[in-house]
Amino acid sequence: MLELKNISFMVNDDNNDKEIIRDVSFTVPDGELIAITGPNGGGKSTLAKLIAGIENPSSGRIIFNGEDITDISITDRAKRGIGFAFQQPVKFKGIQVFDLIKLASGKNISMTDACSFLSEVGLCARDYIDREVNASLSGGELKRIEIATLLARKPLLSVFDEPEAGIDLWSFNNLIEVFHGMRENIEDSSILIISHQERILDIADEIIVLKDGMVSVKGKRDEVLPHILGTSSAVPECRKGAMKPKGEDIC
Amino acid sequence: MLKLDEIQKRLLREVADLHKVPEGAYNIRSNGKSAGRESTENIEIIPREDGQGLTVRIKAGTKNESVHIPVVMTESGIKEIVYNDFYIGEDADIIIVAGCGIDNCGNQDSEHDGIHRFFVGRNARVKYVEKHYGSGEGKGKRILNPGTEVYLEENGSMEMEMVQIKGVDDTLRTTKAELKTASRLVVRERLMTHGDQRAISTYVVDLMGEGSSADVVSRSVARDSSYQKFDAKLIGNAACSGHTECDSIIMDRGRILAVPGLEANNVDAALVHEAAIGKIAGEQIIKLMTLGLTEAEAEEQIINGFLK
Repeated sequence: MLELKNISFMVNDDNNDKEIIRDVSFTVPDGELIAITGPNGGGKSTLAKLIAGIENPSSGRIIFNGEDITDISITDRAKRGIGFAFQQPVKFKGIQVFDLIKLASGKNISMTDACSFLSEVGLCARDYIDREVNASLSGGELKRIEIATLLARKPLLSVFDEPEAGIDLWSFNNLIEVFHGMRENIEDSSILIISHQERILDIADEIIVLKDGMVSVKGKRDEVLPHILGTSSAVPECRKGAMKPKGEDIC
Repeated sequence: MLKLDEIQKRLLREVADLHKVPEGAYNIRSNGKSAGRESTENIEIIPREDGQGLTVRIKAGTKNESVHIPVVMTESGIKEIVYNDFYIGEDADIIIVAGCGIDNCGNQDSEHDGIHRFFVGRNARVKYVEKHYGSGEGKGKRILNPGTEVYLEENGSMEMEMVQIKGVDDTLRTTKAELKTASRLVVRERLMTHGDQRAISTYVVDLMGEGSSADVVSRSVARDSSYQKFDAKLIGNAACSGHTECDSIIMDRGRILAVPGLEANNVDAALVHEAAIGKIAGEQIIKLMTLGLTEAEAEEQIINGFLK
């Protein structure tokens, strides 16, 4: 179980302190899928990075399975069981898909095992296992490989930062199926997804709306979803440019 | 009979992936002398009269055969220049594995300068693999100065893989190639330098024939206080295509100078160069840390992949 207690995060922007996250508290219980939504610039990605240890809060504590992890490194948090899927998957020169999945699993897994994770995210394993994780792969392919690394890692808490960003409609439909599968096999683990997509919010146990760095709404899916449908916090389908002002995404 | 001690065997494994005496034609040079040699029906290895090198003749049409010519040096203070000439007959398709391993435990410099010339016949294909490796705790430097000349006849092709990852203190590599009609040269160089090492690599590729092509790519990592210079010049004298690329990671106080050069003397010459030098991207390290690796482990994986 993950607990955020009064988390705040300040950045120094042009010599002005700006509070990106303001006194945020919530819990991700075991066996549950929590979705965080809200307008762009509301602090969602920052919150995900604070949980993974990529950023450190200005104040507040993060407790994971009873242990205060606020001051421990990214590596140690990963070892405790926190997994993180980047919004923009990182590219590497020379590192192959198989290498990345093997590193993620933390074991000397076989090619067959690695392939099974790729198949789970809808990639034909044979075509991808030897590919380099570089710009020759499309946004959707990189995204699915990113998710496959999390499946291989089997974390106690999986954090997904906008899994739908930068992918095409076909990949998006496939992604929804992957999350459905993860939801069914959640058991003692938990999932935190940052997303605007109604179809992702629809499988959440609880929805948190983050606005201006603060929790503006929080509650069970059935209570929250009807109030945010049709806003930028819950986009019904893939409407081009509906959520990204730059219009860079199909989805 | 071939007799090698444990250090020599280890060097052979490093430079030629050899665990035992190779199959096919070979010559193993150890501490300035031939330690074993074998010719085959199609591949003749003839020592030069002065003992300083070999002439290797590969018959026309020879397919799927290999030549191994590794060099190992374990005595401190040896300095040698070796001239090896390869004549590859028309339509042959072969692999040549060279490489030099120096173990210098003494205080005198050890130096091996291998001067290789390749005469590649019409339609012949050559894959050339050369690995350099140094070890030993002595104060004496391990120096390797390879000089390579490649002459490609019509429709000939040569693919060169050159690797120097560890332990060589000083290298000056010069590679020169002349390409006739429809011939093709591919170079993949991988280099890592440590400590105060210095590595200079110079290429001059002359694209003389119509339809000839060259692709010269170097990937390198400079760590500690080491220095590298990559100087690749492509000269397009006909309707040809050429690409050169230097992709480098610098760490610590490492320094790299990339000097890509293109010279087009024909309006149909298409030449491209790319050069990029930079430290490891922070996000790559962070990504691997989220998979449970420490920062140092992440760096190691990124470099291993980069030089793979």
